[in-house]
Amino acid sequence: MNPVDTGRRKFLGATAAAAGVALAPGVLLYEIAAARPPGLEASRSVRWGMLVDTTRCASGCTACVDACNREHGLPAPTRPTDAQWIRKVELKDLRSGAVHSAPVMCQHCAEPPCVDVCPTGASFKRADGIVLVDRHTCIGCRYCMMACPYKARSFVHEPTAGQKTDTPRGKGCVESCNLCVHRVDKGGTPACVESCAAAGHQAIVFGDLNDPSSEISRRVQAVATTQLRADLRTDNGVRYAGL
Amino acid sequence: MRVAGFAQAGGTLRAVLGAGAIALALAGAAWAGARAPALDAPRGDKCVEDAATMRRSHMDFLKHQRDDTVHRGIRGARHSLAGCIECHANPKDGAVLGSPTHFCQGCHEYAAVKLDCFECHASRTRAAQAGPVRAP
Repeated sequence: MNPVDTGRRKFLGATAAAAGVALAPGVLLYEIAAARPPGLEASRSVRWGMLVDTTRCASGCTACVDACNREHGLPAPTRPTDAQWIRKVELKDLRSGAVHSAPVMCQHCAEPPCVDVCPTGASFKRADGIVLVDRHTCIGCRYCMMACPYKARSFVHEPTAGQKTDTPRGKGCVESCNLCVHRVDKGGTPACVESCAAAGHQAIVFGDLNDPSSEISRRVQAVATTQLRADLRTDNGVRYAGL
Repeated sequence: MRVAGFAQAGGTLRAVLGAGAIALALAGAAWAGARAPALDAPRGDKCVEDAATMRRSHMDFLKHQRDDTVHRGIRGARHSLAGCIECHANPKDGAVLGSPTHFCQGCHEYAAVKLDCFECHASRTRAAQAGPVRAP
């Protein structure tokens, strides 16, 4: 491995910072403000969430799914039992013929049924609302998969290879969307949100639902949004507009 | 008589324990000797703790920190598995597993301790993860 070229890094960092300030000062300042300093635990005052605008989500586009697989080192699924953290769902109204396309992933419920049923405490909700699986304590019983109303969880049946540093994953454990917790902790946004914006759709907004000045809160206040299966009263962190 | 017998037994026990302690100390000293495994040299000149502490307690450091990180979301702590790998990986393939000279595998083979961190965790540096996938 080559030694790190610190001069190049500094130059690139300074350039990126200058470009960020010049182009989008608000966005950059918000990102810096959201980054939690090292050593501090996840805050209870934050509720991370996502808003999916189905009117912007393009039918047939899989940018979010591909980005998720890349980010977390998931092999592209070839069998129905392969791990899948996010999937594209097409909804068709039979009467009008209207078609909606939307990504469905872990909805990061405030009252997660997967956490209620977990016998070991491996399925848990972090203080800032992100629902995770601690693979150190997961025994692979798959109760959570059955409890989840959104089919968001997958079981890893085969030995894994090519894991990413930030996403440990292995045979015998259940896993699901972790809201790119490693990125969020650094003040970033999930890979699917980034790739959707890069593909020009900007159908997914990520942010703090508890912060009234965040973009997601303003959008949720301005337009009618729905939580999937709101009748179950799981109070999902992922909301959908245009459904 | 019985009391004296106990005292005698206690003395024997102490002697055995003493001999055991000396044997352990010698075993510790043997680390630096010819039988120690030849491992990949680490990057940088200083570990997060001194070598003896790391040999004895690295698993405890990692286990303690993993709960803080996974459940409470505390990042940037002093002991991290990713940090170990970034410094101790083989400079050619960026891995800590693969042969008896690779850092983690070499020492765990020498100590005959099963190593299961890497059934889930990445065994290669971030830079090496772009390369071809190693068979599990």
